[in-house]
Amino acid sequence: MKICVLVKEVPDAAVEKRINPSTGRMDRGGERNLNPYDTHAIEAAMQVKEGGAVDVEEIIAVTMGPSTAVRALHKAVSLGADRSVHLSDDALAGSDVVATGYALAKVLERESPDLVLLGQQSDDGECYTIGAVVADYLRMPSLTQVIKMDVTPGSLRCERQAEYGYDTVEIELPAVISVGDAINEPRYPSLKAIMGAKKKPLDAVGIGDVGLEADRVGEAGSKVVCGDFKAPPQKAAGEIIEDEDTNETVEKIIAWLDERKLLA
Amino acid sequence: MDFELSDDHELLRRTVREFAEAEVAPVAAELDRTKAFPYEIVAKLGRLGLMGIPFPEQDGGGGGDTLAYALAVEQLARVDSSVAITLCAHTSLGTQPIHLFGNEQQRREWMPRLCSGEILGAFGLTEPEAGSDAANTKTRARADGDAWVVDGAKQFITNAGTDISGVVTITALTGEGEISNLLVANGTPGYAQGEPYRKMGWNASDTRPLTFDGCRVPAANLLGPRGDGLRQFLHVLAIGRIGVAAMGLGLAQGAFDEALAYAKQRRAFGREIASFQAIQIKLADMATEIEAARLLVYRAALLKDGGRDFALAAAQAKLKTGRLAVRCAEEAVQVHGGYGYIEEYPVCRMYRDAKILTIGEGTDEIQQIVIARALSA
Repeated sequence: MKICVLVKEVPDAAVEKRINPSTGRMDRGGERNLNPYDTHAIEAAMQVKEGGAVDVEEIIAVTMGPSTAVRALHKAVSLGADRSVHLSDDALAGSDVVATGYALAKVLERESPDLVLLGQQSDDGECYTIGAVVADYLRMPSLTQVIKMDVTPGSLRCERQAEYGYDTVEIELPAVISVGDAINEPRYPSLKAIMGAKKKPLDAVGIGDVGLEADRVGEAGSKVVCGDFKAPPQKAAGEIIEDEDTNETVEKIIAWLDERKLLA
Repeated sequence: MDFELSDDHELLRRTVREFAEAEVAPVAAELDRTKAFPYEIVAKLGRLGLMGIPFPEQDGGGGGDTLAYALAVEQLARVDSSVAITLCAHTSLGTQPIHLFGNEQQRREWMPRLCSGEILGAFGLTEPEAGSDAANTKTRARADGDAWVVDGAKQFITNAGTDISGVVTITALTGEGEISNLLVANGTPGYAQGEPYRKMGWNASDTRPLTFDGCRVPAANLLGPRGDGLRQFLHVLAIGRIGVAAMGLGLAQGAFDEALAYAKQRRAFGREIASFQAIQIKLADMATEIEAARLLVYRAALLKDGGRDFALAAAQAKLKTGRLAVRCAEEAVQVHGGYGYIEEYPVCRMYRDAKILTIGEGTDEIQQIVIARALSA
């Protein structure tokens, strides 16, 4: 079995995120890190490999991003991936979700994986959608928000977190699975793994190498148009009810909820 | 000149930072309060290969360099000094002498277990009457057949009395005016570890007095040539300063990070206190001094890794960062106001933990002597 894990370099969680008003894109200055959700996807791949139910011959980390994204790939291979592919090209800048999904799918086509894993959301764009878009291009079944995975040769039984509880779904491979952070506790890379990361093969490719049509990626190939950006409205100050007489307080709270039709 | 960390170093820095925040920060206050040694954390550090960072892989070490080691210590100290000093003393003082001066048999016996964190190493230099004046050691080792018989006492020794302490390197007089280093395994009859000290800070680290009473140590435990002890421990301390400097740097950064976060969240007079110049000036000064100190520490590490003379840079880094840690911890408490005096806030612990950094592993005054000598003053 061959597993590809899609990873992304994102601004570090500690960096305050903001939109650059002149470009309409996220300001990606400051410290960056491997998308934390993707570390769960790598860990899931490692657990499939170490679980022994199927024979995993290779785990490949795949990313699309600028030159700095190499550091996200180093981290991915230090966490256990065997090698990595870095799709980087000036023509890709400004790609929206559909264009990004198309580009990643073209890289994945070259690898013909049996299983594609990724974090359910990126810590910057928070779209939750890239897995489904990639799956659509690859004509593979897709599951999102997966928090448990049992692999058997040829199929995959997953538990996915839904609003109402958990779905248990069995799907055929190859498939694209986006995982939630409840799926596992990612390991830390050991010093040895960190120092060995650069020795693992890294395949740097441009759009020509993977047969990408230039007009379907980048700003030109993206259908999303960024209009005006506004900060979310300030929340109105809450109402504080002093608890002087508890019976009275309860009545006040009920009246407040009732007024807003929040009580059935 | 290149001020960027290499990819390996950056990934290590980030990994230890994440480890410290996720695994150490949540338990640091409780470990400090209960003065409990962080066994679980040490085991995890061992599994990650961080208990032997700068030692060769063939000896079981991490094969990293001094900069990698300094980065790891910095990130641990940013969150908790007790954990940081446990790793730091184990590496710089406990393992380093065996790495540098041990013969093949001694290295084979001790290095793999030390580097994996299975056992802890300690360095017994300080005595009741030999602190800064370390050459004034009173502990004696008398040759008796195929053994040395050791009598004496050591004090303020880190990592010697835990359940996983394995070996201590001690300085002892093996003749008139002749200092040698000897390896003493835990469990050797006549070697005892006293009760832990009641310290101002570093509460979760193990610090004790040691006594040697007719303690028979195999002759083969002599480290390097007889009479080489003074030269050996001066060399060990010179390297160790880079680690302790990284501790001061990490603590200063940690105190600053806490102060900045608090200042942005705490409101007074209807505004975040971070918007007041009185607070901004403190934060600006701290951040600037920390950045300058960081360059000094990394430079000392790079000089060492480049095989160049690092003694001056290391002493300067140690002097600078110890004072800075004390100052930043104090300012961070000040920014927190009354809450900074309450143990619920990490800056309170940092304030207590900082002071030893101007004393331990060579006082500021000793650093100044080292620096002045290096300048031929």
